[in-house]
Amino acid sequence: MHSEAAIRTPLILGHKTYHDITNDIVAPIENKAPRGWYVLMGIAGLIAAYGTGCILYLISKGIGVWGLNKTVDWAWDITNFVWWVGIGHAGTLISAVLLLFRQKWRMAINRSAEAMTIFAVIMAATFPGIHMGRIWMAYWVFPLPNQFGSLWVNFNSPLLWDVFAISTYFSVSLVFWYIGLIPDFATIRDKVTRPAMKKVYGILSFGWTGNAKAWTRFEEVSLVLAGIATPLVFSVHSVVSMDFATSIIPGWHTTIFPPYFVSGAVFSGFAMVLTLLLVMRKVMHLENYITVKHVEYMNIVIIVTGSIVGVAYITELFISWYSGVEYESYAFINRATGPYWWAYWSMMTCNVISPQLFWIKKLRTNLAFTFFMSIIVNIGMWFERFVIIVTSLHRDYLPSSWTMFHPTWVDVGVFIGTLGIFFTLYLLFARYFPVLALNEVKSILKVSGESYKQEAQKHHH
Amino acid sequence: MANKVIYAVYEDPELLKDGARKLVSSGIKVKDVFSPFPVHGIDPIIGITRTRLGIVSFMFGITGTCLAILGIWYFNIFDWPMNIGGKPSQALYKNLPAFIPVTFEFTVLCAAHGMAITYLIRNKTLPGMPARNPDPRSTDDKFIIEVRTNENHGHSSEQITELLRGTSVLEINERQY
Repeated sequence: MHSEAAIRTPLILGHKTYHDITNDIVAPIENKAPRGWYVLMGIAGLIAAYGTGCILYLISKGIGVWGLNKTVDWAWDITNFVWWVGIGHAGTLISAVLLLFRQKWRMAINRSAEAMTIFAVIMAATFPGIHMGRIWMAYWVFPLPNQFGSLWVNFNSPLLWDVFAISTYFSVSLVFWYIGLIPDFATIRDKVTRPAMKKVYGILSFGWTGNAKAWTRFEEVSLVLAGIATPLVFSVHSVVSMDFATSIIPGWHTTIFPPYFVSGAVFSGFAMVLTLLLVMRKVMHLENYITVKHVEYMNIVIIVTGSIVGVAYITELFISWYSGVEYESYAFINRATGPYWWAYWSMMTCNVISPQLFWIKKLRTNLAFTFFMSIIVNIGMWFERFVIIVTSLHRDYLPSSWTMFHPTWVDVGVFIGTLGIFFTLYLLFARYFPVLALNEVKSILKVSGESYKQEAQKHHH
Repeated sequence: MANKVIYAVYEDPELLKDGARKLVSSGIKVKDVFSPFPVHGIDPIIGITRTRLGIVSFMFGITGTCLAILGIWYFNIFDWPMNIGGKPSQALYKNLPAFIPVTFEFTVLCAAHGMAITYLIRNKTLPGMPARNPDPRSTDDKFIIEVRTNENHGHSSEQITELLRGTSVLEINERQY
């Protein structure tokens, strides 16, 4: 049997057996939900309902109800889109990239991170959908013969690349997630006693048996899907960044965008994973599985990606001067000192300076501080997209058209609404789905479990 | 004599592997193994060959690449070439750099879904199929070896059971079928 160095921190605390792991995860599904869940669900549901109302109002009136104008013709819609897609990236990074690197700490968090990915991508996909104005024509983004009214779509356009990137990313993430869920649904199916639940989880588990050949195939599929999801996740945010980078707007027209966007995406995604998991581990009593060590590992990823983002900001600033293009340099001077200086400096503080605090071990292992920081990072990353989009547009080549962007209540309502829908979906997931990858966590119990490690240590001496 | 199926229940994957090794070295064919998570190293012991799903995925991927290139060529070069923003669609090889992202995404789409569907069909796991594991505990914390008497004509069920008792087995269940 594979054994692990004693110096490595155990990933499963306490004295657990395989049966304990099943119980800890399945019991909350079987039992009545705690009152806190209903409260949170009520709040999230209300916000989601309000957001849905705003979206319906938007669709019935047209996008004129947003604060867009002739100069700033892209604002919160696309800011929110990029922000949500970025958040999605952490789930795939955890489940695919960390699987390829054989990082065992991913096992306790990959299931909920992937769920977050799927819900975040759904929220992201809402924005291009509703900003089309005539959403009932949304199928025109697919290649359709000219008789349908549209011409063939233009495969030279980054906006079309986005359609393919996002839809591939969403469907592949969903399949990857579900294939991992099947064995765990089978565990629930065989554990629960209520007939209705048994029936439902029986259908969801697709009749999984867990025989040797099925597991061989399972591992092969997981590995190959991880292998192809890795370049996919990097391609998705690269393509999103090309929506901007292939244009000739100063501030957008930069080759650094793809890596800059991808690291920013991972940065914000890990922050959102932390926001969700820190609450979930407490409410669902998962402290033995999602340990301080897991949180510390995620904070280290935040330092690395946050520093990459910082280097990207500074490179961008340097190149705007060094290129000698006066429009380019003006775009950046305007960002830092123009009317949107507060957005620029919020972004700089939240994304470049604050993650550096995680170099201090005391801070990166402090859960309350981590929770606070995870919110700060997400605010900072929202401002990053806002800064890139709005400050590049609001002062164009023609000073007479310079203007500001003022969001309307519909802009705000739709954004807040997507947060509500996202949290509603996540709460439903936390209530009815196995929140840990049971089959994966069990497989590392005897290698990385605390009591087993102590046992091995005793035998060693 | 009626055919019998024998289930040996273990508590640990390592103990199961020892048990399976002992059976196989005595010339008994192990029909299958059921476990709550993958038991690494069991495949060569009970004679399971490597899955070819990786090859399947590659084939679907290549099909996706070809379909994407063929489709884009037909839509944008052959059927209705457009000149948008002074960037005409002239020939496949000239516009190919701009066609790479969609080609890549479509390759991944086909490879992933093709493999996933093949996987579900090969495992006989599809929505609404009944559970076929012999014991509900095999998805929780038990590891089970299945031996069938009709595949082991040289040994009686008593001999097999006797052999199993010599391993660290938790319980042995027999069933007629």
